[in-house]
Amino acid sequence: MPQDLAATDDDALTIAGQRLGSRLLIGTAGYPNQQIMLDAVAASGAEIVTAAIRRIDMTGASETLLDLLGNRYRFLPNTAGCATVKDAVLTAQLGREALGTGWVKLELIGDRETLYPDVEQLLQAAAALVADGFTVLPYCNDDPVTCRKLADLGCAAVMPLGSFIGSGGGIRNPATIELICARSPVPVILDAGIGTASDAALAMELGCAGVLLNSAVAKAHAPVRMAAAMRQAVAAGRAARLAGRIPKRDHGEPSSPQLGLIGA
Amino acid sequence: MTPMIRINGEDHPLAGERVVDLLQALGIDPARRGVAVAINGTVAPRAAWTDALLRGGEVVEIVRPLQGG
Repeated sequence: MPQDLAATDDDALTIAGQRLGSRLLIGTAGYPNQQIMLDAVAASGAEIVTAAIRRIDMTGASETLLDLLGNRYRFLPNTAGCATVKDAVLTAQLGREALGTGWVKLELIGDRETLYPDVEQLLQAAAALVADGFTVLPYCNDDPVTCRKLADLGCAAVMPLGSFIGSGGGIRNPATIELICARSPVPVILDAGIGTASDAALAMELGCAGVLLNSAVAKAHAPVRMAAAMRQAVAAGRAARLAGRIPKRDHGEPSSPQLGLIGA
Repeated sequence: MTPMIRINGEDHPLAGERVVDLLQALGIDPARRGVAVAINGTVAPRAAWTDALLRGGEVVEIVRPLQGG
């Protein structure tokens, strides 16, 4: 094997000491139907799937997500929709009990329209959950200060947004994401805003350790095909990051030799 | 008067002192995977579901995982 590929032999993402089989984490919501969801998750190559924790439907026992995915994937329960520390902490604790995992995707929503995080409460909830023994992966602003505070509190990763949840807006502030990645002592996972494969590749090229997405696959015209595209994009972006891009130039730089031109 | 209990935001008559009684009265199989219960804001672990935890007046949440992002 060429020497510069050898370094990538074991390039697994490790979070909280856990070696993961993929740098792509995928959500399970909003697919056209259950079978497409299962096929898309499989095509994504993801090892971690996110789940919501909600009141049980008392009108009938439907198949749970656990029955569908439980034996093949690692669950990351979320606190989606929670707007207070109290609700987020209890939802995380219920998720731990329901799914038997101490990992949580911590969301604290401060604004219903934009789904922007409430940073003040996010920090409080993160501290409470770390103290309770959770492996906390917070969805947060693309803000280096907030990301550093979350890492200092003991979060196992930070998950800044690329743009609004479900917007498909891509990465609005690539320079900020790159800065967060360069400074972060914990893995940075780009969460929210991915619209298409190039967004996922860009996240990895900027230095993200992984990408978490849902709508970009679930709402795509062909979700299974998009899931496969995302898998390739994350792998390509990671490989390009490790390879090191050339510097950008304002002017041309010929790649062919300048000597030996005919006619001179 | 029958003691009442608030389950997932709705009032129900207290079916028994144990979480398993409550689940069975609601038609939820207590052996079902993925079900979690909180009483007055504290998780009641599965191992405690056969203990007498309920007197009436409690606020109970019964949840399970479902599709999420």
